[in-house]
Amino acid sequence: MTDLTKNNLLENVSLIKKKEIKSEELTLAYVQNIKKGKKLNSFITECCESAITNAKNFDQKQNYEGLLAGIPLAVKDLFCTSGVKTTAASKMLANFVPNYESTVTKNLWSQGAFLLGKLNCDEYAMGSSNETSFFGNVINPIKENTVPGGSSGGSASALAADLTPATIGTDTGGSIRQPASFTGTVGLKPTYGLCSRWGIVAFASSLDQAGPMTKTVSDCALMLEAMVGYDLKDSTSINKKKENYSKNLSKNIKGLKIGIPKEYRVDGMPKEIEDLWEKGQKILKEEGAEIIDISLPHTEYALPTYYIVAPAEASSNLARYDGVKYGHRSSKGANLIEMYEHTRSEAFGDEVKRRILIGTYVLSSGYYDAYYLKAQKVRRLIKNDFDTAFNNVDAILTPSTPSATFKIGEKKNDPISMYLNDIFTVPTNLAGIPAMSVPAGYDKDKLPLGLQLIGKPLGEQTLLNIAYAIESKSNLKQNISKWWEK
Amino acid sequence: MSIDKDKIKHTAKLARISLDENKIDSLSKDLSNIFKFIEKLNKANTENVRPLSSILDQSLRLREDKVNDGNIRDQILENAPNKNEDFFIVPKVIE
Repeated sequence: MTDLTKNNLLENVSLIKKKEIKSEELTLAYVQNIKKGKKLNSFITECCESAITNAKNFDQKQNYEGLLAGIPLAVKDLFCTSGVKTTAASKMLANFVPNYESTVTKNLWSQGAFLLGKLNCDEYAMGSSNETSFFGNVINPIKENTVPGGSSGGSASALAADLTPATIGTDTGGSIRQPASFTGTVGLKPTYGLCSRWGIVAFASSLDQAGPMTKTVSDCALMLEAMVGYDLKDSTSINKKKENYSKNLSKNIKGLKIGIPKEYRVDGMPKEIEDLWEKGQKILKEEGAEIIDISLPHTEYALPTYYIVAPAEASSNLARYDGVKYGHRSSKGANLIEMYEHTRSEAFGDEVKRRILIGTYVLSSGYYDAYYLKAQKVRRLIKNDFDTAFNNVDAILTPSTPSATFKIGEKKNDPISMYLNDIFTVPTNLAGIPAMSVPAGYDKDKLPLGLQLIGKPLGEQTLLNIAYAIESKSNLKQNISKWWEK
Repeated sequence: MSIDKDKIKHTAKLARISLDENKIDSLSKDLSNIFKFIEKLNKANTENVRPLSSILDQSLRLREDKVNDGNIRDQILENAPNKNEDFFIVPKVIE
């Protein structure tokens, strides 16, 4: 019998719609993989029983209309799911059960999908290696003892290991694209405002975006189509007509102009990353696109700007965790203030505390102008760089990350070297523009590497099309031995 | 800029986080390094540049001033760590 979990999402949707398989059969196949995949630690909460019930209900009702009819999906544990524990991988929310559903997951369920489980991530999405989770490290199925990237590490790991047919993550500075690159999968961060942020545990509200993580570019188009939509509950939601990303997916990229920003050629970049970038340009040229050298002069300021703006917004967002309304509460403290202090000290991990302190400091009286205001001004310069570039090009090609995955523990004690992981992904969050990572090759140890495509605001279709061309041409066949099942 | 122990303690107070005395040294070292990295921004010329707080050009949408939900007290209290029927309970604030 064929292993259904080896199929991509589109294939399984099609099999269900043609009534060649039942949703229950498919769901059971994933449940089996989840049970055998515990070593990866990619799940915080498994919803196997409810998923099987939902699958049976689907098979009975036989409503094949939705884009994701009969598909079980595990999602990052940052999306609030009604009646199902939502932890943000923090001790603070370890027992939090929301009584409402995030708009993005609601959209997925309205297309016929149902919940398979909640996936591990960095605590409050703060991290680049999934080593800050209260529920422990996630392992990259590509190789034992390596990180899956972060913060959507559980999502990337579960997807690459066939524990879910597709998934969703959130991306504040690269949290979808970097893990996608580390696991040989596809990840897309949409234009800010395209996916509703309502019901997603907030990290940095002017940067956060939800997006799909999938095995293939066509799957990515389908998932994006299912997720997006105008939402009155999110004041930054964009009101626009829905696009048919999967129907309009095309490998024809003839005549498109692709920018290559010289500032992304950073010091000490490994040769294999440079080679990969060259290879990407070669593919695009062969497909009839025009390669144009461009400059994004303020790129070097993107990470420092990000490490002011994101912690500042985080310190403000995370002020709500006070031990009163929901979440952990300390039994220590003689008065209200001390109760707050102990609650937050006991339930936030080190990285979260570090970022709250950075954010509080840059917003505090006497430092606001020097740090926060300065960063907001530089943020405009970074956005202007992209605006100018897009006068001449349709999209930009860069590497997704400065290296392949690394060993667990390797960068844990050096925050700056960890932050440098996001050097290529952070600028697009600051500018609010879409970007995606598509698998394009391997390093010398056969570890996957991704290329990043950056697009104009609402240019998701162009990105998907270019990624589709790269995917077809590079024709990678990733064979992961299921070492974790032994 | 170096972030010394006193600054760490003051900021932690503002952030309502109690810190272990033995962790303050390493935090001070980490944060000083991070701020050294962040201060690269001083090199950027931002004269006459308007700060950017949201990338959306649209202004915030207004809605009609009309009640659209309510009567969800039980839902709001559902996850409270300490409550009675109608209230969140907090440590005594009035002596």
